[in-house]
Amino acid sequence: MAVIYSKPKSLADLQLHYCPGCTHGIIHRLVAQAIDDLGIEGTTIGVAPVGCAVMAYDYFKCDMIEAAHGRAPAVATGLKRSDPSNVVFTYQGDGDLASIGMAETVHAAARNENITIIFVNNAIYGMTGGQMAPTSLPGQVTQTSPYGRDTNTTGFPIRVSEMLATLDGPEYIERVAVNNVKNVKNAQKAIKKAFENQINGKGFSLIEVISACPTNWGLTPQKALEWIDEKMIPYYPLGVYKDRSAEKEVK
Amino acid sequence: MAKVTFATDICKGCGLCVNACPKKILVIAKEKINKKGYSPAEMTDQSQCIGCGFCYTMCPDSVITVEK
Amino acid sequence: MAEKVLMKGNEAIAEAAIRSGCRHYLGYPITPQTEIAAYMAKRMPKINGVFLQAESEISAINMVYGVAATGKRVMTSSSSPGISLKQEGISYIAGSDVPALIVNVQRGGPGLGGIQPSQSDYFQATKGGGHGDYHLIVLTPASVQEMADLTSHAFDLADKYRMPVMLLADGTIGQMMEPVELPEEKTSTVEKPWALTGTKMQREHNIINSLYLNTELLEKTNFERFERYKQIEENEVMYESFMMEDAEICVVSFGITARVSKNAIIEARRQGIKVGLIRPITVWPFPKQPILEAADKVKAFISVEMSMGQMLEDIKLACECKKPVHLCNRVGGMIPSPEQVLAKIVEVEGGKN
Repeated sequence: MAVIYSKPKSLADLQLHYCPGCTHGIIHRLVAQAIDDLGIEGTTIGVAPVGCAVMAYDYFKCDMIEAAHGRAPAVATGLKRSDPSNVVFTYQGDGDLASIGMAETVHAAARNENITIIFVNNAIYGMTGGQMAPTSLPGQVTQTSPYGRDTNTTGFPIRVSEMLATLDGPEYIERVAVNNVKNVKNAQKAIKKAFENQINGKGFSLIEVISACPTNWGLTPQKALEWIDEKMIPYYPLGVYKDRSAEKEVK
Repeated sequence: MAKVTFATDICKGCGLCVNACPKKILVIAKEKINKKGYSPAEMTDQSQCIGCGFCYTMCPDSVITVEK
Repeated sequence: MAEKVLMKGNEAIAEAAIRSGCRHYLGYPITPQTEIAAYMAKRMPKINGVFLQAESEISAINMVYGVAATGKRVMTSSSSPGISLKQEGISYIAGSDVPALIVNVQRGGPGLGGIQPSQSDYFQATKGGGHGDYHLIVLTPASVQEMADLTSHAFDLADKYRMPVMLLADGTIGQMMEPVELPEEKTSTVEKPWALTGTKMQREHNIINSLYLNTELLEKTNFERFERYKQIEENEVMYESFMMEDAEICVVSFGITARVSKNAIIEARRQGIKVGLIRPITVWPFPKQPILEAADKVKAFISVEMSMGQMLEDIKLACECKKPVHLCNRVGGMIPSPEQVLAKIVEVEGGKN
């Protein structure tokens, strides 16, 4: 018998600190699998965010740096400009990327910075205990929207992929989810492509991954995955929002 | 014939593998407890395993190895 | 001896940085330091370097952090309000122990303040600036020549001690043109095994980080950093002593106000007043020892500064309050005149405390 599925080599042999059923762990595995498949562990530098994934620097066996909240795309820009032969990725949550770090995100995309961004959207601030995020859904109950997100006073969720796709800059924008086997397999392909684009010098690729936060959503792990289908995906439809190389081929 | 093994010590008993299994041969072993205090997932009938890897795919903690 | 060229202070910083092996400049426009960015924008593409105008000072300093983490010489420059924005990143750079140069060509504050020269970021520069326990090495040029020389020196200090170094200039010296002998070409000679260069599958991964959830480890890291700061205080203090041999009054001043003070001291000497100058070149580490020694000889100190008595506090600490410390200042973009400083010297000489 041969091993057909096992923990990727570029993922450290540590127990992840995430809550039971948190799908950050799946996304970590997909990133590590892409690094393994492309044989780039020795030339990859990862940027960890602030938020639940803050300790991602321990989990990936490539070189890692910890950025301030929201600043990962700027730090990644510095890393990439210093040595373009390295592969640089950031791993960021929705509070980090779409709230405090929105400027860094948009401008890195506009510059078509040749980096890969893994954007984990679980519609909540997990690390700080479940506050309203820029991607929290209308009516969503969180610690700071205890009566449900009121769009009259707190505005509307930001669809990051759609917004970034309006820019001329970025190469590739796709939204995926990790709530069932089919979606995870698609996410795997998208994440690998986002790294390949960088290796091929194509520029900025961002994969938005709809992820579950059972703890702060107040749901069991399985119910949380179902909630993604019922609530998240209708608001955040999956799909490719921009793929410049494919557009060129069509023309 | 396929074989699924669990790194039981790092399993958090979330049950996502149990739900993903098309053969319904995985369970959370409620009577057991690992060193982190979780009841881990385990295989009930290895002979029925088809090695699809769905359990591996949905496991957030890279607990599972699949051989075929 | 190398040929002298006529240059603006800001341009001298930029050229000296390039000659020191800096190939990465990340910045954001703000008066009165924009000549540095303009110079870099012209030069970097010609020498395979990187000039990048970031979307904000916050982004610029975090790009600096990224380059610094790879071990390459890197700098940013700004002026007071922009430096405030950079403080978050500077704290992370200090907390992660990576080298970088930050230039502050100061202007008047607080708030948007003005665009004329100032020294009112003294506290921010010398006491840390951002959150947490840390220091920057802070160098204060008083001429275009020193803009160049101290820039060159700053890169070596940053590498040697793995920390951010600040060049604390002001709008006057930034805009001033003087003949300058540019420093020799050089590169970093310090080994950087900690740098993020990719593991090449040859070593364990390097992690650049300022997060320590283990409180004992965070305390230990802070203690170790301050051991390094102690070495810096012992080894890296720079100052100029001017007419101090027989001085009875000691003027303390740095940067442009030190030049003004020298003119006033020469005139006071002509009038028979025994006055000298201690000019800190590093304001952190502050030249405590020469000031303490002077305290036994002089009857008073005068802090000449373009701030509301910020450096005056360091003089009091350094002289252990053995002698009175007087303030002679202008703020808001105004520069003290030699006449104002002379009048203060005469007043203090008359014993009017």
